[in-house]
Amino acid sequence: MCCLTDSGKITTDVDTLRSEIRDKSVRVIDVRREGDYKQDHIPTAVNLPLANLLSDDSPERVLKLVNSMGIDDETPVVVYDDTFGALASRVAWTLEYLGHSDVTLLETTYSHWKSLGLENDSAIPEVQIREHSMKLHPEILATSDYLEHAKTRDDVILIDNRERLNFLEQHIPGAISLPYRTLASNDKILRSKEDMKRLLDNRGITGDSEIITYCGSVGTLSGLAYYALKSAGLPNAKLYVRSFKEWKTLEKPTEKQEDANYWDLSAE
Amino acid sequence: MSKIYIQTKRNFIVLTISDLKQTVPDSAKHKINWSRIEEADDFAKTVKLFRQGKYDEDSFRRYRLQHGAYGTRMTGDYAMVRIKLPAGEIYPDQIEKISQLSEQYSIGSAHFSTRENIQLHWVILEDVSEIFRGLSEVGLTSREACGNSVRNVMCSPLSGVCPAEEFDSTPYALATARFFLRNPMSQNLPRKFKFNFTCCEKHGMVRMVDVGLIPQIRDIDGTSQRGFKIFLGGGLGNRSFVGHQLEDFTPEEDLLYTSIAVMRIFDRLGDRKNLARNRMRYLVNDMGWDKFQNLVFKERAVVRATQSVITQLEVDKTPNVIKRPIKISNEDGGETIPDGYARWLKTNTVKQTQEDYRSVFLTLEAGDITASQLHGLSDIIRNFSSEGMARSGFEQNLALRYVHEDDLPRLYSKLIKIGLAKSGALTMTAPIGCSGTTSCNLALTNSHRLAKEIQRKFLELKLDEDEDLGDSSIKISGCPNSCAQHGIATLGFFGGGGRVGKDMYANYQMSIGGRSDGDTMLGQTILRVPAKRIITVILKVIEIFKANKKSGDTLKSWIHRVVNGNEDSEIKSIADIKKILEPIVIPPTIEEDPDFYLDYGSDTSYHTKTGKGECAA
Repeated sequence: MCCLTDSGKITTDVDTLRSEIRDKSVRVIDVRREGDYKQDHIPTAVNLPLANLLSDDSPERVLKLVNSMGIDDETPVVVYDDTFGALASRVAWTLEYLGHSDVTLLETTYSHWKSLGLENDSAIPEVQIREHSMKLHPEILATSDYLEHAKTRDDVILIDNRERLNFLEQHIPGAISLPYRTLASNDKILRSKEDMKRLLDNRGITGDSEIITYCGSVGTLSGLAYYALKSAGLPNAKLYVRSFKEWKTLEKPTEKQEDANYWDLSAE
Repeated sequence: MSKIYIQTKRNFIVLTISDLKQTVPDSAKHKINWSRIEEADDFAKTVKLFRQGKYDEDSFRRYRLQHGAYGTRMTGDYAMVRIKLPAGEIYPDQIEKISQLSEQYSIGSAHFSTRENIQLHWVILEDVSEIFRGLSEVGLTSREACGNSVRNVMCSPLSGVCPAEEFDSTPYALATARFFLRNPMSQNLPRKFKFNFTCCEKHGMVRMVDVGLIPQIRDIDGTSQRGFKIFLGGGLGNRSFVGHQLEDFTPEEDLLYTSIAVMRIFDRLGDRKNLARNRMRYLVNDMGWDKFQNLVFKERAVVRATQSVITQLEVDKTPNVIKRPIKISNEDGGETIPDGYARWLKTNTVKQTQEDYRSVFLTLEAGDITASQLHGLSDIIRNFSSEGMARSGFEQNLALRYVHEDDLPRLYSKLIKIGLAKSGALTMTAPIGCSGTTSCNLALTNSHRLAKEIQRKFLELKLDEDEDLGDSSIKISGCPNSCAQHGIATLGFFGGGGRVGKDMYANYQMSIGGRSDGDTMLGQTILRVPAKRIITVILKVIEIFKANKKSGDTLKSWIHRVVNGNEDSEIKSIADIKKILEPIVIPPTIEEDPDFYLDYGSDTSYHTKTGKGECAA
């Protein structure tokens, strides 16, 4: 079964994907590097390395990429990576922003898929170009200007998904720390809905609020958090896709945990 | 292809040999479940009530500490979760879980303490209950790891393998921990209460704790009887005291009665008002040992007479299964032994009483270990320890025991791969550093980083290979409260602030000659040493020792003579050493040496800054 949530499906489980592949009813996107993809991948998957997408992720370019992957408005899309779902999330979010409504994440990573002994090959599928429409969804995007205004509101929660030490060192004022590692369970990229809800509920992250996620630079870790929120039935989420890197470049205010040498507790 | 049958709890699984190659050896599982899952829910609820203002600050702090969540420097938003490892035992699945929890809720590293706890720092208060939930999956708890309760019951990491011990006290330590955990009588003591079991005089810390126990066997009319030498009323802190031996021999049947009697006296007479002097050692000191000792005998008679016969420690004497893990074939064929092996073998391993086996100590930096190292370590334990678990030690470290001599080179190369093969674990080059200003409210200096700096420098100088320094120790606390146990170090330091005009710098009080073995004594203060001069000062002390030592001397034995006035070389007293060190500790002006005024790990000017401590909350 898929993880059906209030707002729809967030992840696709392994067995469902396998049967969808057999039915040829799905477009699978592998977002790993080209070299890794060429070695082996989930059968029928096309390759869209995240770096390729990020080199120009304007809607016009994304539309071209989507068309070239044979995706139209009705094509179900499943995205996977080998980086705990963060890269796949960023790609899925980009498709969602473009207006594609049927995109989900594979519930696990490619390494785990392989460790289960599931099928993979190195064949590169032939893709027929399709025509996708462009109906942008600005309501899932947060820009720095938007964020600066929004975070003064009481009903907005800002979540920082970087690791704890980076958060302590510097973060956007008012943000709360929810490291990306917290979102996964043992071999799934996202915890179960019940576990996720309990975690978020303890933190006061509840349904009524608008929630904005950010991470270090390109919205990958925070992309995963965006889907984690949705999986817990919190649909009102936005991704600050340019994240902390842009925030710092714009020299906007930051905050830090003062008077403690926490870095020296790390054994890294 | 041959088949092999493996019995699991419910049925037989058939594996072929090719499958087996990929599996790790059967993992030993923890025998005792210390956790209670309902405490996770309760904690989550209580935090919510507290945040809503429905729980007052003091009651909440007591509750939080009772559950093992300690406050964090300068903030109410974070906690440190102190996970107890009773008798120091830790199993591979538990290590894996802690690795995961440290990445999810902490800083991606965990910290081994001096009392066989593992600490997760900088945890968001609202996430503490999630950690409890994770711990309960592997049978661990942080319950009563802080607060006024019976703290983690320690046992020597060498108990059971130490050539000098009379019997293994581990089962008694575990039984004691089980008896007092969540026991109503240990929920509201005047202050914390600590038990240390050991193997022998040399490897324990029995005179520096509320109750210290050395196993002993006595022959009575040809039958041998198990029992303990019990020491009471010792402890390190703002004021430290050496414990007193209760009687020649306490038979094992009296172990629990004695423990209960001592706790009842402490509970009744301990000082509940004066937070600065409410450990039991103050009670013993104020009352005088003879009187206290008498009181214990009387109270024990009462306890013996009034406790039901059922009140006995459940000592599980079933020996652990010792089974050398299956060697994974053809993986390491013809591999050469990596460089540094001999040095590591000498400074990190000890021979066990069991032939062909050694205990291997890991060199950590001030007790810190990363999540990925923990992850790697769990597999290494499965593959190399014939008892299938590890034991944490008294010195912010961890021991793998029952490693077969033949497996040591292979173990060493595995440890290199995860960055845990540094030498010097059992020498002076592995200094103890409390958490200091990295997380503790009371800290005045970054003792934690200083310990790491000393270790890096001394390993670079290969001081771990110098046998003269092997049995000495360096311990550094970030304030006078002795968490790093500086009072029993050969070279001990505790942090404070120094001042030149209006410029402040981190400054440590140095003491020498402390020890915790059969000749236990507290170090004698010698002089204050600025943080940035400590490495120079230690090297100078070593130089003075080398110039004056007699053959067969170690730094420890030489200093012992000096502090006791028995040295007849040029150096006759602490004052003579002080005279030589004094020029080194003279502060330069801030213009001459700006770095001098920065504490380790800090690039802003030094100020002493503390919050409220919670040791006595």
